[in-house]
Amino acid sequence: MAIDELEKKLRPPERGLPPYPAKMITLASGEVMVVREAKREDIGALLGTVYPLIEVAKDYYDIVAARMYNELLAMFRYRIANEFAIVGAIDGEIAGIVTSRDVDGKLGMSLHTLTIKRGLRVGAQLFAAKMEHHIEYCKEDEVWIVAESPIGFKRWMIEYELEDRSAQYPAVRHELGGVPTYALTRKLWDAVKAVKCTGTRPVPPEILRTADKLRMPNEYIQLPGWKRNG
Amino acid sequence: MAPRIGIVGIGHCRFGNSSDYDLVDVIAYSANDALEDAGGLALRKEVDQVFVGNMAAGMFNHQTAVASALISRMDMEPCPAELVENGPASGASAVKMGYMAIASGMADVVLVAAGEIMRTVSGWEATNIVATMAHTEAEYNMGLTLPGFAGMFTRLYMKKYGLTERDLALVAVKDHANAAKNKYAHVQLPVTIEAIADGPEAGVVNNYVAEPLRMYSTCPITDGSAAVILVNMDSPKAKLFGKKPIRIAGIASATDTHCVHNRKDPLVLDAVRLSAEKAYKMAGVGPADISVAELHDAFVIFELLNSEEVGFFERGKSFLGVRNHETEIGGRIPINTSGGLKAKGHPVGATGVSQIVELVRQLRGEAEEGRQVKDPKYGMAVNFGGFGNNVVTTILAKD
Repeated sequence: MAIDELEKKLRPPERGLPPYPAKMITLASGEVMVVREAKREDIGALLGTVYPLIEVAKDYYDIVAARMYNELLAMFRYRIANEFAIVGAIDGEIAGIVTSRDVDGKLGMSLHTLTIKRGLRVGAQLFAAKMEHHIEYCKEDEVWIVAESPIGFKRWMIEYELEDRSAQYPAVRHELGGVPTYALTRKLWDAVKAVKCTGTRPVPPEILRTADKLRMPNEYIQLPGWKRNG
Repeated sequence: MAPRIGIVGIGHCRFGNSSDYDLVDVIAYSANDALEDAGGLALRKEVDQVFVGNMAAGMFNHQTAVASALISRMDMEPCPAELVENGPASGASAVKMGYMAIASGMADVVLVAAGEIMRTVSGWEATNIVATMAHTEAEYNMGLTLPGFAGMFTRLYMKKYGLTERDLALVAVKDHANAAKNKYAHVQLPVTIEAIADGPEAGVVNNYVAEPLRMYSTCPITDGSAAVILVNMDSPKAKLFGKKPIRIAGIASATDTHCVHNRKDPLVLDAVRLSAEKAYKMAGVGPADISVAELHDAFVIFELLNSEEVGFFERGKSFLGVRNHETEIGGRIPINTSGGLKAKGHPVGATGVSQIVELVRQLRGEAEEGRQVKDPKYGMAVNFGGFGNNVVTTILAKD
C-alpha cells in the first residue's frame, strides 16, 4: 500500500468545482453544437482528437495541441489541480475543446482553446463557455489569459478588451510560459457576455443524448488528406 | 472599327489561405490554368502582352514589380508586362487594359493574371492596408476603415428605404449557398437564416463587425488568383485557341469623388451607374438582357446598391427582390452565382478577374451542377475600386 500513499502525495488537492450545465448553440451552418463539460470517460476521445494536430505548424496548432494533450493527460492521471475541460460536439463528433483550471476559488487560469471544425466560430463559442464557467458558475473574480496565436490574440485580447497585466510581471504571471498575461475581470465579463456568450438551456434530452458518447473526427481540415485509420 | 475581342482561356485557384505560398507562384498557377484551358502551356509564346492585377503586394508581401517576376516565373521573356493597380478593381482594370491593348492594334493575344496574398498579415492589419485607399487626411487619418464606412452606408440605407438586418442576412444565405457549390470558393459553407438572423443565438453567432454590419454581412480576408486570356477574334492567332471565345461586348469605367462626403447623396453610386451605362451602350444591350451578374459585394449592402445602379431594380427596392428570391439561381436575375466576394472571397487585386472567370464559366455552361444558370446570353461584372469611386463594368456575351 506504500504505492497508494505515494500516489496520494503525488496527486494535487482538489476543491471540487461546481458542474457546468450543458447548453446548445445553433451554428451558422444550422448545425446544433452541444456544449458540455467533459467527463473523465471522455478524455480518451479528446486525447485522440488532439493528437494528430500536434503536427500542424500553421496557426500554432502544434503548440496548442501539444499543450492541450498534456493538460488532458494530466487531468486523466491526476497531475493537475482543479482543471476542467469543455467540449463542443456536433452530432456527437468533437468540434472543439477548451481547457482551464481554478487556482484558488478567486482566480481562474485559462489554458487552451482548440478549434477542430473551423469557419463556424466554434472556438469563440467554447472560449465564451469557458469564461462563463469561471465567472458565473465557479464564481471567480477574474481569469488570466494568454494567447499563443495571432488568431487567439484577436479573439480574446482585442475582442474582449482584456486588461493587459504584462507590466505587473512577475507578480502577475500566467502559468503558461511567462508570456504576457491578460485578465478578464467580472466587470469586463458583464460588459461583453451578452454579445459573446450564448446558448440555450436546458438541452432537450434527445439532443443531449447525441453528445453522450463523443466521436473523434475522421478528417481534419487542418490536415488535408489525413484520415483516421486511413 | 475595333476588333471583336473574346476570352479563350480562364484560370482560377481555390480561394482561401495561401499565405504559405509565394504571390508570384499563386498568380502563375492561375495563368498556367488559363493557358491549359485555352489549349496548352506552349501558347504562352503566342502572348503579345501581359497585364497583372494586384493592389498591395508592396504592403502585404513586401514585394514590387510583380509583373516582371511573373514573366520570368512563366518563362515568357521578352513578352511585355505591366502591373495594373486600381485598388480592389485592379483585376477588372487589368482586363480593361488588355482590351485596350488589343483594340489599339498593339496586341492580338493578352494574358491578364491577377492575385493577392493578404493573409500574411493579421486581419486588422489587412483591414488597415485596404483602408489606405481612402482619402488620407479626411478619412484614413480619422480612423475610417472600409467596414466602418460600409456600416454607416448601410445604416443610412436602412433609414431611407426600410432595409433590415434580416434582409442583409438573406443576401448572405443566398451567397453562401452558391459558394458551397463553387469549387473555387473560400467559404464553401451554407448558412441558414435561422442561425444567422432568426434564432435565439443569432446575435452572437453572427456578431457585429461594424454595426449594423455583422460577420455574415462582410467578406472574409482571402488569398487567391485568377486569369483570363484575351484574343483578337478577327486575327489569324484566334485560330490557335481551342475554346470558342466568350466576347467582351462592353467594358467601361467611371470615377467619383475620392472623399465620400463630397458626394451629393452618399447612397448614390454615380461611378457604378455611369460605368454600367457606358458598358450597356457599347454592348448594345440593357439591364433586361443580362442573364447573370457578379456584383462587387465586399459588404452585402453593395450587392443591393449595385443591383439598383445597374438597373436591375428600382432605387430602394433591391432587397424586396432578394426577399422574393429574384436574385437566386433560377430567379429573374441571378446575382453572385459564384458566392460573391462575401463567400467566394475577396483577394482584392484578383477579384475583378475572378468575377469575369465566373461569368465565362456560366456562359460556357461549365458551372457546377446546381449553380449553372439556364442558357445565359449576357453576363455582367461590376468591380469596385475604392469606396465606389473607381468602378469597372464588363459585359460578356455568348455569341
